[in-house]
Amino acid sequence: MNSFSYVSAPDLDTALRTIANTEDVKFLAGGTNLVDLMREGIERPGTVVDITRLPLTGIEELPDGGIRVGALVSNSRLAADPVIRTRYPVLARAILLGASAQLRNMATVGGNLLQRTRCLYFYDDVAACNKRTPGSGCDAIGGFSRSSAVLGASEHCIATHPSDMAVALAMLDAVIEVQSLHGTRQIPIAEFHRVPGDTPQIETVLAADELITAVTLPPVPVAANSHYRKVRDRASYAFALVSVAAALAVEGGVVAEVRIALGGVGTKPWRAVEAERVLLGGPATEEAFARAAEAELAAAVGGPQNAFKIELARRTIVATLRQLMVEGNPA
Amino acid sequence: MEIELRINGSAQRLDISPQVSLLDALREYLGLTGTKKGCDQGACGACTVLADGQRINACLALAVQYQGREITTIEGVDHPLQAAFIRTDGFQCGYCTSGQICSAIGMLAEHKDGAPSAATEDLAATSEELDDDEIRERMSGNLCRCGAYNGIVSAIKEVAK
Repeated sequence: MNSFSYVSAPDLDTALRTIANTEDVKFLAGGTNLVDLMREGIERPGTVVDITRLPLTGIEELPDGGIRVGALVSNSRLAADPVIRTRYPVLARAILLGASAQLRNMATVGGNLLQRTRCLYFYDDVAACNKRTPGSGCDAIGGFSRSSAVLGASEHCIATHPSDMAVALAMLDAVIEVQSLHGTRQIPIAEFHRVPGDTPQIETVLAADELITAVTLPPVPVAANSHYRKVRDRASYAFALVSVAAALAVEGGVVAEVRIALGGVGTKPWRAVEAERVLLGGPATEEAFARAAEAELAAAVGGPQNAFKIELARRTIVATLRQLMVEGNPA
Repeated sequence: MEIELRINGSAQRLDISPQVSLLDALREYLGLTGTKKGCDQGACGACTVLADGQRINACLALAVQYQGREITTIEGVDHPLQAAFIRTDGFQCGYCTSGQICSAIGMLAEHKDGAPSAATEDLAATSEELDDDEIRERMSGNLCRCGAYNGIVSAIKEVAK
């Protein structure tokens, strides 16, 4: 690990001032991703600002029925929260299906949103990787790409976004609250992460002087009937090959409301807007679920090693909606 | 830099660089080698310790960040799980055992607090019985290359009763 200066921020203002006035600086919270990346030499900040003492640890109910989650709430605390478990089960389950209990105890909500890809070539410092070294190329394309993205990729990068939590947040239309010395911005999660294009090193719209302070969940009544299904190489403690966050309401055999987001397949948490459009107002049947999945995945591009994800995603979408159909509409 | 850590109930002063992990601080600076270094990247759980009773991976924790927290390592543990691991053959080589035991202590506390796991069918329920599936899922952050998992599950089940 490179040597760095360590600053523990006693309050938000100090944290924002330090990040605004220091070159080559990173915020440090749970450390589960950043410490690893520093040890691997991928991140080499000159200054690290420890924000774990900031008062961003609340989970509050909002007057409109939504929930505001402080950026430093741990992943485990959010997943265990009684309101999240009953009103937003998709979020609790997505978090519980990610990482290990130790990591969830350390990792924060803000950090989870900013975690970086686990693409093997990003971690391999002798490989070409446009995310790690812009302009160097992408060895994942045509390389060992079993885990790579089939949606949202470019000729410069095919790395997946690794988060489970963020997929559930995408399904819920969460809003990311960020703060700098210039004020506060509310960023819808759909606009927060970027697809790689020709600048895969730029992963979010967060400015260099901004800190994530909270995540707001709007009231989403249909989320009471929501689920997160994750398919991976082992039964626990592995990144997704494919994951599906979905919520479904059916009235008289017709899809009254539906939300779907995908993980493991996209270069960002992937809201399946096309699948939702195809389903809404139509019959809630297995054939319709399959047609919707196919419509979403029509744009998917697979290589020799990861094309299986397209069919796996189709089947996982159908299976998740089928489960919600049965559980949310008992005969 | 000078830091002060609270380890197993006593204050320890250290002069270390900020990049030193809690794991290295314990092993290399304080001589507490019961906490093991396996992968050093948060994937194996051998370095699991308790911070204010919560299990964490000491390899991904910078020591400087944990000032003011009460750290418990295997050297500070006196728990029925230790005898249970011996009774049920919960290890062979023993390298993962200190992490397994610290992790299991944290896990039992989480379960007692009503925290769910991915194996919990009804997330709205406040407490599920700790059956084999629950124990295996909740302990999946601790790998055992000898494959003593059956003994580990038995030991935890015995103590959880």
